Amino acid sequence: MRREEVENGRDDMLIDGDENEQRRIENAVPDGFNADYLKAYYGKVFPYVDMFKWLSYGNDGKHPGCDHSYFGRREFSFTLDNDIYLRFQSFNTASELENAIKEKCPFKIDIGPVYSVDPAKRHAYSLGGDNIFTPVERELVFDIDISDYDDVRYCCSGADVCLECWPLMTIAIKVIDTSLRDDFGFSHILWVYSGRRGVHCWVCDGKARRLNNEQRAAIVDYFRVYKGNENSSKKVSLVGPALHPFLVRSYNEVLKDYFENRLLLSQNLFLNEERFEKILEMIPDESVTSELRGKWLSNKRSKEEINVARWDQLKHLLQSSKQKGQGLRRCIEEIVFSFTYPRLDMEVSKHMNHLLKAPFCVHPKTGRVCVPINPKNCEEFDPSAVPTLSQLLGELNTGGFRGEGDNEWEGTSLGSCVRYFRESFLQPLLKSCKEEIETSYNAKVQQSRNSISW
Amino acid sequence: MEAVRSQRKSSVSNGVVTTLPLYRSAPLLEVRLEDFELYAIDRLRVLKGISDGLSRGKKPDEMEKLVLDLWKTNMRHQHSSEVVNKDIISHFVLRLVYCRTEELRRWFLSMETTLFRYRFRDEAPEVQRALMAEFDLPYKAVSNAEYESVKDKLNQVARAIGQSTTTDAIFYKVPFEEVPELVAGRRVFIQKGNAYIAMNQVVSLVITQFRSHLSKALVLTNRKWTSMIREQEKDRLAPIIEALSTSYLGPDYSQPREHAEISLKDIDQIAKSSFPLCMRHLFEKLREDHHLKHGGRMQLGLFLKGVGLKLDDALAFWRAEFSRKVGAERFDKEYAYGIRHNYGKEGKRTDYTPYSCQKIISSAPGVGDHHGCPYRHFSEENLRAALTRMGVGNRPLEDVIDKVRNRHYQLACTLTFEAVHGSSCDAGVNHPNQYYNDSQRILESQNSSSNPKGTAAASM
Repeated sequence: MRREEVENGRDDMLIDGDENEQRRIENAVPDGFNADYLKAYYGKVFPYVDMFKWLSYGNDGKHPGCDHSYFGRREFSFTLDNDIYLRFQSFNTASELENAIKEKCPFKIDIGPVYSVDPAKRHAYSLGGDNIFTPVERELVFDIDISDYDDVRYCCSGADVCLECWPLMTIAIKVIDTSLRDDFGFSHILWVYSGRRGVHCWVCDGKARRLNNEQRAAIVDYFRVYKGNENSSKKVSLVGPALHPFLVRSYNEVLKDYFENRLLLSQNLFLNEERFEKILEMIPDESVTSELRGKWLSNKRSKEEINVARWDQLKHLLQSSKQKGQGLRRCIEEIVFSFTYPRLDMEVSKHMNHLLKAPFCVHPKTGRVCVPINPKNCEEFDPSAVPTLSQLLGELNTGGFRGEGDNEWEGTSLGSCVRYFRESFLQPLLKSCKEEIETSYNAKVQQSRNSISW
Repeated sequence: MEAVRSQRKSSVSNGVVTTLPLYRSAPLLEVRLEDFELYAIDRLRVLKGISDGLSRGKKPDEMEKLVLDLWKTNMRHQHSSEVVNKDIISHFVLRLVYCRTEELRRWFLSMETTLFRYRFRDEAPEVQRALMAEFDLPYKAVSNAEYESVKDKLNQVARAIGQSTTTDAIFYKVPFEEVPELVAGRRVFIQKGNAYIAMNQVVSLVITQFRSHLSKALVLTNRKWTSMIREQEKDRLAPIIEALSTSYLGPDYSQPREHAEISLKDIDQIAKSSFPLCMRHLFEKLREDHHLKHGGRMQLGLFLKGVGLKLDDALAFWRAEFSRKVGAERFDKEYAYGIRHNYGKEGKRTDYTPYSCQKIISSAPGVGDHHGCPYRHFSEENLRAALTRMGVGNRPLEDVIDKVRNRHYQLACTLTFEAVHGSSCDAGVNHPNQYYNDSQRILESQNSSSNPKGTAAASM
């Protein structure tokens, strides 16, 4: 934390200029992330009520079928300044949640599962012997980090990300989102920028929340094409005489296009010997690779075209070597999959009790807010344009007293993000939660009536 | 006899006869006490054979042969009419034996499910359909019109998994979550939450039902056992059940034994009695220096997790030592994270598994490190001293050193185990947590034989 900046920021906030433009300049809050910024963010911007509504799944209503203990059995965990880590926090109401966050000012808020009993009182329950403290519901979640793609991107590495490699995340969103909806039949899906180097996905349908660990693992395996081993030359293994319809669709609708029209050029995949050798390694036929290698080593073309030209040569040669059969033609697909297909952090999805960072947190390293991403136009998402903490505070200063109470975010660049969350995710979700609660309540009433009327 | 007949009868829908029971309710059978035990032991042989096959990574077709062979060999009966009874009785006896802890239940569930799977696959299609009907599965075969609409996709999946495509095949449409293993292998076409499964995949659906039913039944059996049966049968069945349960071999030492917690006040005593030398050395060094380098923290920390030290206790344990050297604040800042990390509470949140002997032996401890395998990494002089402190006598000590010279480090450790415990270790030592578990098992049985009243409490 740079103390100087904080104090400057504070001073600026007090200045009361006349001209709007003047004010914006003077109110500009220095970049960065610190506890004071965060306090202001939690004080004025964080959408507590929406978060509470979401995680209540309709159980905060008045219908007799509502389970009022539901939200209170959800685990939250806070990471405080100095890496102090508070697990198993729980809250009964939106204002309890709000007060705790405002008071503790967590650098990170994680959301865990809904347990059978209030997680804050788990020790009292565990005394009974039989362990009844167990997760009963949890969104199906996915975590995708760009740092897992380091062997297929040349622009950045590690936690860094730029507009050249971000399309890898776009691909992941498109492939996974489509499958979750079309294959698995889910409809309440929230994608969130993780604040730095990737995306999170929350599948919130009732059916998804009630999946057991085995079923979660099955979905993760359905998505898996990597047989990750750094020592083997091939990372993607597409065996069998044909591809599963899910893989075919992903390939035809997303992967091929992004590979040929985006990444091939933006990552310069065939630019030099080191790079094309990596691709040649995936072809198990010596005669094909040596022919291509010979061509490419002797060919000195201009930079721009070289990627496309070499890819075309490779495809042509593989497709024409008919006598080698399907194995070689499958290579084209394997190369495309290797460079584009989503890489999930599987462990996060497999177990109900894994924690995942809450939407609308602020990433301490980048100062960026974990905003929702609309999968319908995820190709337009630009991580470098995501509002930062200092930007939001600056906007709040400029906006003056526009909003009342909860709605301060409306005037800021977070406004559209919260609105998307509310209108495109929360409202349809709560509508179907309400229906679900009513249906199961009626069924229960019917059942008890039947059992009485004998 | 009555109940079995009625069970048989229900299996005879549509005139199809099967000898594969679903074990829905306990039979009202008269059975001689010796048979009660003998049948159970025979079935246990089958289940252990399956467990062994699975841990060797046998492929499905190898497993199929293995399971059917095991069944034929062990579950025969001189009177053919008794075969089904033997099957049912042995199953329910083992339920009593294996209902009592989470780990036992998990093992039994997995082995019985595997057994059922291959027996089901071995049945004729009409028998399979009859069994499906018995499970009350509400699924109907997909209609012609619907089949036509998804035919291309179904054929594509069939080709993808290397099966011939037939046009007149029967498909069932079921919620995808009912057939997780088919989803995981992309062996089915899934659309809008429904999986289309072919007749030869029905086993996956049935297995899910079988497992979930048995899983619930085991929990109930456990409740009945603790609330009634144990007391009612304390002179008759209970001793047999207890004895059967001790013949159980732990399946996987890499999994922490969740039910077996140890508490901090016992840890010094347990370290002395049951830790293998590698862990004992780390433990003593930690107590001595109030510090361990990273490799040692990992090796010992994960081992302790596997032993059953809960996270809170682990934090307290490490903090108590480290704070004497670096202060509590620095511990909280720099070291606590790593411990929570080991427990899957930080970073990638992987629940890390304790190191195996192989991993420990192949590690390369550097200056100031205390991890690694003492049999490999200690000088002979130091090793002799350490073994003597453990109470290994002169003669066995020479045997241990002999193994070390021939680079049989795990055998050396096994001999140490046998010398210290005065009892053989047939499986050999492959994992520090296995060493620990085996040691505890021996100590428990020694305690119980000298103090019979303690048995029930110790094994519960």
